[in-house]
Amino acid sequence: MPWQTQDFAADSGPTRLRESPLGLAVRRILRKRSSRVALFVLGVIVLVGLLAPLVAPYNPAAQPDIVGLKDLPPSFAHPFGTDPYSRDVLSRVIFGARLSLMIGVLATIVSLTVGVAYGAISGYAGGVLDAVMMRLLDAFLSIPRLLLLIGVLVAWPRLSIGALVVFLGLTGWFGLSRIVRGQVLALKHAEFITAAQALGASRRRILWRHLLPNLVSPIVVAATLGVAHVIVLEAGLSYLGIGVPQPLASWGNIIQDGSDQVATLWWMALFPGLFMVLTVMTLNILAEALSDAYERR
Amino acid sequence: MIRQIAQRLVQAAVIVAIVAVITFILIHLAPGDPFSAVMDNPNVSEAVRQTLRVQYGLDRPLPEQFARYVSSLAHGELGWSFSHARPVREVLGSALPNTLLLMGVALVGSFTLGILIALIQVARRGSVTDHALSGISLFLFSMPDFWFVILSLLAFTYWLPIFPVGGAVDLVMHEYMGLGGRIVDRLRHLALPAITLTVLASAAVARYQRAALLDVLPADYIRTARLKGLTERQILRRHALRNALLPIITMIGLSFPALLTGAFFVEKIFAWPGMGYAVVNAIGTRDYPLVVGGVIIGSIMVTLGSLLADLLYALADPRLRGR
Repeated sequence: MPWQTQDFAADSGPTRLRESPLGLAVRRILRKRSSRVALFVLGVIVLVGLLAPLVAPYNPAAQPDIVGLKDLPPSFAHPFGTDPYSRDVLSRVIFGARLSLMIGVLATIVSLTVGVAYGAISGYAGGVLDAVMMRLLDAFLSIPRLLLLIGVLVAWPRLSIGALVVFLGLTGWFGLSRIVRGQVLALKHAEFITAAQALGASRRRILWRHLLPNLVSPIVVAATLGVAHVIVLEAGLSYLGIGVPQPLASWGNIIQDGSDQVATLWWMALFPGLFMVLTVMTLNILAEALSDAYERR
Repeated sequence: MIRQIAQRLVQAAVIVAIVAVITFILIHLAPGDPFSAVMDNPNVSEAVRQTLRVQYGLDRPLPEQFARYVSSLAHGELGWSFSHARPVREVLGSALPNTLLLMGVALVGSFTLGILIALIQVARRGSVTDHALSGISLFLFSMPDFWFVILSLLAFTYWLPIFPVGGAVDLVMHEYMGLGGRIVDRLRHLALPAITLTVLASAAVARYQRAALLDVLPADYIRTARLKGLTERQILRRHALRNALLPIITMIGLSFPALLTGAFFVEKIFAWPGMGYAVVNAIGTRDYPLVVGGVIIGSIMVTLGSLLADLLYALADPRLRGR
């Protein structure tokens, strides 16, 4: 493979020396065929979601003929069939991609913010504060996330999407903050930190400029896995009828719409689920490739 | 050893206490109270609701309510289930054995299956079989539980009607069966939900165990075994697997939340009368005390699961036994 030698040359070239770890990791994972395929498939799904209004053949919420056009099996006019309200399932799956991905990304941003802050504070502070924060974390970790969310969402009926994102994000940072704390603990007494302290750097500067950049790799991996996790959770909650409210479409609530007659309306479970599996699978492949790429460093 | 157990028990108790506080906060942060949520019924007058609130102590100051809540939790009281018109404790108590049965079968099944798959993969690492099995386990691992359960229901009760559609027993005929018939009937109803949950959970085990096996293979004692002239198979079974089984014990503890969540969806979709079925139905009826009871019991199960895994680990690892 000629491009491999080229890559090798680029690696050792002096111009590449200051490349960011993230860029290096991206270039490394692109060498594997499985992750190139995964990136391509994910890219297509993201693009379809972003361009949903242009790509979708019908309005996802329109109910053109609730008697004549309901429960239609897949055909040329409706490749994924129609639902009990005569809505086009393909259009709903496309708009569902948009909403499900958006919720996944936004909730993960919330989780990352809280998780990194909690972990960094706990690890950096040490002592009693650290011990208390970790015991609290143990308790959070032993409440199954889905159950906790069910408890919350049943207590707050008719939630907006924004609130749903916040709750999904607030229940997803426990694992990450433990990793971050471990890393901070390990790095706290590293020589470059001592050096920075000796040079008179403030605590904030040390946290931001010296500690956090070293945490990028576990955070990127956790974020990739986190998005996948939130997509599955949101779908599960919407399937239980307490996630994304109608008439908005998410992959989970499309399946919910057909769940009363799952044997006859099989297309309503099959197609959104396939999209979901593809998305989650590509995210898992990329997360694995990323953590491999970072570990080899 | 005993000190260690005592320490872990205290830790578990602290965790359960924190869970209780969290659920209490959840209940009280929520808009309205159980009576405004459950009785959206215009025929129930405000006076009746007020009486109910007084009856249930919801008019007292928060600290007092909290004290009552903790004391009733400590007595095993979880409140009153509106939709079942029975105490939550009874509803969940009668459902729990079914959930434990389902989870137990799936736990044993998924670890056996997962370890077996990992062994096959590692014995032929790099081969087509290895890649194919990795692909399948990644696919299963990426599948949302409820979707996989729906597909399994569609495939094996409608398209290929091998198994009964749902429930724990045949609703009509079970009463008329002899003892043998009843046992067979129960097993027939248990089979598909248990297999589904087993397959779902085994994917994670296989992925984890494969990595654990590959981790120990470069170890010195493996090289020694190889130099002694042992066959690859003997090395895998006697040396690699034994050492790679230690992390699997930790995995048992970690797999509890996933198994419990999986069981929830399996129970809902197969109408298996366990805790998950009761809680998921309580969502529909807005039976809040039952939902919260489920959260508490679920968290206790997870805590006990990880406690058990820790103890097993200490027992299995001779390096930890002496301490």
